[in-house]
Amino acid sequence: MVGNPVKGFTFTWNFGIYPDAIGQYGTQYGRSFLYGGASTLLSLIIMYPVAYWIAFHGGRYKSILLFLILLPFFVSFVIRILSWQFILADEGIVLGTLKDLHLLPGGLHVLSTPGAVIAGLTYDAMPFMALPIYVSLEQIDRALVDAGADLYASPREQFLRVILPLSAPGIYAGVLLVAITNIGDYVSAAILGGPSTTMIGNIIQTQYIQNSDYPLASALALMLMVVLLGGMYLYARAFGTRRLQEYV
Amino acid sequence: MRALAPARAAAIEPGRARRRWTRFVLPTYVVLVLLYTLVPIAVMVLYGFNQAPSGRLTFAWNGFTLDWYGRLFEIPDLTDALIHSLEIAALSTLIATALGTPAALALARYRFRGRGLGDMVILADVAAPSVVVGASLLGFFVYLGVPRGFTTILIAHVAFNIAFVVVVVQARVTDLDQALVEAAQDLGANPWVAFWKVTFPLIFPGILAASLLAFALSIDDFIITSFVAGQTLTFPLWVYGAVKVGIPPQVFVMGTLIFLTGIVFAIAGVLLQRRRPALRA
Repeated sequence: MVGNPVKGFTFTWNFGIYPDAIGQYGTQYGRSFLYGGASTLLSLIIMYPVAYWIAFHGGRYKSILLFLILLPFFVSFVIRILSWQFILADEGIVLGTLKDLHLLPGGLHVLSTPGAVIAGLTYDAMPFMALPIYVSLEQIDRALVDAGADLYASPREQFLRVILPLSAPGIYAGVLLVAITNIGDYVSAAILGGPSTTMIGNIIQTQYIQNSDYPLASALALMLMVVLLGGMYLYARAFGTRRLQEYV
Repeated sequence: MRALAPARAAAIEPGRARRRWTRFVLPTYVVLVLLYTLVPIAVMVLYGFNQAPSGRLTFAWNGFTLDWYGRLFEIPDLTDALIHSLEIAALSTLIATALGTPAALALARYRFRGRGLGDMVILADVAAPSVVVGASLLGFFVYLGVPRGFTTILIAHVAFNIAFVVVVVQARVTDLDQALVEAAQDLGANPWVAFWKVTFPLIFPGILAASLLAFALSIDDFIITSFVAGQTLTFPLWVYGAVKVGIPPQVFVMGTLIFLTGIVFAIAGVLLQRRRPALRA
């Protein structure tokens, strides 16, 4: 498509836009995958033990604990991120207090750093990661774990050779859900980040809505989709093809 | 017998180690993570009570006040945005549930040409990143020359909600014993009567759960809406726009009220679901 917002657009084939787009916004693509990947990994590491404990030792508090994990869902998405801005702000109620108590150095800034963006993305991902993992752990036949113990597996081996492999479909679903959402996200970067943390979502949004550069924005969005679909395909080949729907 | 002793001791040791993990270390960790999860929620509730002389919140804590609950609807734009959000959520839930339920029935019950494709489209709709969905929808509307506004937001919300309705209702239909419907037909019920007297009551909890989910997704959506909104503002869009100029405390108060309403509905939904199994048994 060529044209501009004033004269209108006409549809033509223009493949040159793709190399241009990559050359111009390669950094932001890289950053999106870096931040998205880091937050996915962090939320997996943080939430797996939680899901494990609730599924195996939650007892009669299971549903209440699960409900608590899901509480952030009930807070508006934008407000969730906004709350983090208030928490991480230099003079905010959390960081400001810690600085007043001299528990943190006064010159410390968190907002506008990649750390703040990744923290926001990770927080958003936590319930999405916990839920499918919990479901897959919950479905494990406890007799299999006991059988492992009867065959002299140490607790460590029981976990590594029985529980972990059997919960793989949940990990697979959680990682997929979170990675796709976070790589495409731009709200966290817009509210918690600064000029040096722009992600590809921010670029697509700006090009579309503020600059009305539809051809460029479409090319950027299509490339993101193609890369993600390719990634999903490879990922499915490597880790099995269990249907994602069962866990949504 | 004596030779066995060391082996037994070794067998007991890991058991103890395991107990320590599951009794103390992991529960403490779970509590810490839960507290961490609750921090932003607490901050939202708290800042709804923060004094703000200029009408816009600063990051600092200025003192406790109940004012903002009384002055909740004092910002006309914000109130309008909230009303838009509620209207779009209600309408898109109704339309998506009405369209999605038959689709779920068809996909779960019948084998037909294009069924696999249907499943794929639904999955793609659930899994595609919001930025891409939003960008595609905007591209589509621009191409057709449809002006962006309330209607395009509604269309977009129906589009993403249908997928979730189908997924949730489909799970319920798959659980449903098909023999019950056949029994009704054997007893002379025509398909229409069999649907309303047998299928519908049995899948109703699924439909209810799906519509609650759809409502929540719609009222919460920011990314897709931001592409197709034009000049119309919904609650999340208004909040996002206010970030740069300063957030009025009313935003956090509304956030808190939406949060509480959501919880009440979720608990009601769970209680309703719990009563149902008796009916199925």
